[in-house]
Amino acid sequence: MQNITSRETGIQPENNPALRRFALITAAATFVLVWIGGLVTSHEAGMSVPDWPTTYGYNMFFFPISKWFGGIFYEHTHRLVASGVGLLTTILALWHYGWKSRKILRWGGILLVTAGIGALFLDPPAPAHSHLRDDIIVSVIGALAFASSLVWPDSDPAPRWLRRLAVIAFLAVVVQGVLGGLRVTLLKDQLGIFHATLAQLFFVLVSAIALFHTRFWKRLPLHEESDAKGLRYFFLGTSLLILCQLILGATMRHQHAGLAITDFPAAYGKLWPDTDAASILKYNQLRTGPLDLGFITPFQIVLQMVHRMMAAIILLSVAACGWLARRQFGPQHRLSRLTLGWSFLIVAQVFLGAATIWTGKSADIATAHVACGALSLVTGAMISLISFRCLTASALKKCAEQKNELTTLLPSSSITH
Amino acid sequence: MKNAFVVLAALVLAGSCQFATAADVTGKVTLQGTPPPETPIDFKDHEDCLALHPTQLTSRRYIVGKDNGLKDVFVYVSKGCEGKTFPVPSTPVEIDQVRASYNPYVVGAMVGQKIRFKNSDPLLHNVHATPKVDGNDEFNLPQTTQGQVDEKVFAKPEVLVRIKCDVHNWMFTYVGVCSNPFFAVTDENGNYKISNLPPGEYTLTAYHLKAHGATPGVSQTIKVEGDKAVTADFTVEVPKS
Repeated sequence: MQNITSRETGIQPENNPALRRFALITAAATFVLVWIGGLVTSHEAGMSVPDWPTTYGYNMFFFPISKWFGGIFYEHTHRLVASGVGLLTTILALWHYGWKSRKILRWGGILLVTAGIGALFLDPPAPAHSHLRDDIIVSVIGALAFASSLVWPDSDPAPRWLRRLAVIAFLAVVVQGVLGGLRVTLLKDQLGIFHATLAQLFFVLVSAIALFHTRFWKRLPLHEESDAKGLRYFFLGTSLLILCQLILGATMRHQHAGLAITDFPAAYGKLWPDTDAASILKYNQLRTGPLDLGFITPFQIVLQMVHRMMAAIILLSVAACGWLARRQFGPQHRLSRLTLGWSFLIVAQVFLGAATIWTGKSADIATAHVACGALSLVTGAMISLISFRCLTASALKKCAEQKNELTTLLPSSSITH
Repeated sequence: MKNAFVVLAALVLAGSCQFATAADVTGKVTLQGTPPPETPIDFKDHEDCLALHPTQLTSRRYIVGKDNGLKDVFVYVSKGCEGKTFPVPSTPVEIDQVRASYNPYVVGAMVGQKIRFKNSDPLLHNVHATPKVDGNDEFNLPQTTQGQVDEKVFAKPEVLVRIKCDVHNWMFTYVGVCSNPFFAVTDENGNYKISNLPPGEYTLTAYHLKAHGATPGVSQTIKVEGDKAVTADFTVEVPKS
């Protein structure tokens, strides 16, 4: 009875070490996917496969390895890893429903096998056509789903709030895949910006799910410590600033214009670069790399300047988070240590941003900058979650203290009856 | 009745003679200043392309020939043809992908004229057009087999439309799309020739991708009188960096 109550309130999720590990693997795989996504844009390879969900007419899982060269290598690998993350997220969502998922797997599997075989008979394709492989793949996935229903873990469903988060993650990964595909087929750079932003939010979500399954999270004292100065809101605000910065970064990357400003810390030798026509023409002359990335515009220069200013604000904010946490809770407190790590991450991120410019946007450095940005956001989001779980307004703490005082003052019979 | 026939015949004759009195415009585009060195193409991860290119392939920003003649400058009539319509040539403009390089690098086409993209390579390419003008559609064509041909048209004038291969990220070609047939691209010595320009006053513009960037290029006014040949030379300066 106590167990059911705890699940309904969502305070103590069920212990499930296997699910915990699986959630961590999903979060790690998502980080790898973000990294590969960064490689795609860093190599300007996003459009190197013009079709979707096929790859040059092939079912993507049967695209010959001999053709994985140039930009195709990055884009196709991104698609395959994304499919893997999609599968992991689907399993993660089903696992949160425990034994209840058996029914979904069983009937879903039967449905897919029937659909695959039915399509083969109703619309028989030419043997060499990828359509045949699509039908076979659908049938195989169905068979695997059915088979997995037979050996599916006998665990109880996770708390409702956690199940909902897992379903949101599943829906997000589906939307993310479709967005990525539409960006290719509709030839819309704007969709690429949404795709990049949703990738960051999805990474935060699966990381949060993984965090909620950890022993660390379960052992955190609930609303035990005072946060009279509203430090947790400061953590949250700084994390949101990082999210805005990542959206700015995605907007810059999806302009496909390379580096709008080629020096750092100055900007074309100045604190604020000139953006008149003659200066823009001069800047464009400086762009002599092997890629012909078109012309930079005043808008792109201003965009990079805003990105730089935001970086400075974030650096100061994260440093302030660390300093305030240390002052309020002492150096050994979990939040102090976490914010210290966050600060190191942001310093590394600023260095990677500078290195991106100094190396003329080397693809590997620029990708590391994207990946470190994603880690910075996730770290900030996790610190915010932890702080909202541990900290509370001082008034609540006082109530607890008064209750404790009453317990000691009054006779035990007057309290317990 | 007889008079009407004479008038009609005169009108037909006048119409057919419209281009008979047209002139050729020739000239040379000269580069002033020292261009930055070309960038060598790195075939890392592209061993198949390396085999096609025994010699070093470089970027093609400033190709300077005899007497500083500048190649790949797009010269076109930018004013003076407004309100007039011209037949669209039935012959397509061909852009070939040979040895992992687009040829030609700069080419002109009329609005509505077919542009034929050919893959002469034993390699897979994609042809990705990235126009900026509303009405010109972006497209991305897969060209998987040697000898594959695809055709596209642009609906609006635009100088220049960039076309790229995302598989081989050094491959670019540019199409100058005009609403009239009076355009040319300079040869390796910077020379160009625009044929059959009818009498009138025009603005002739020379645009070089790297030297002019987002600016419209250099222009001069020319006057065509009868079939008298017109010479219009241009000087393109390397912007000081």
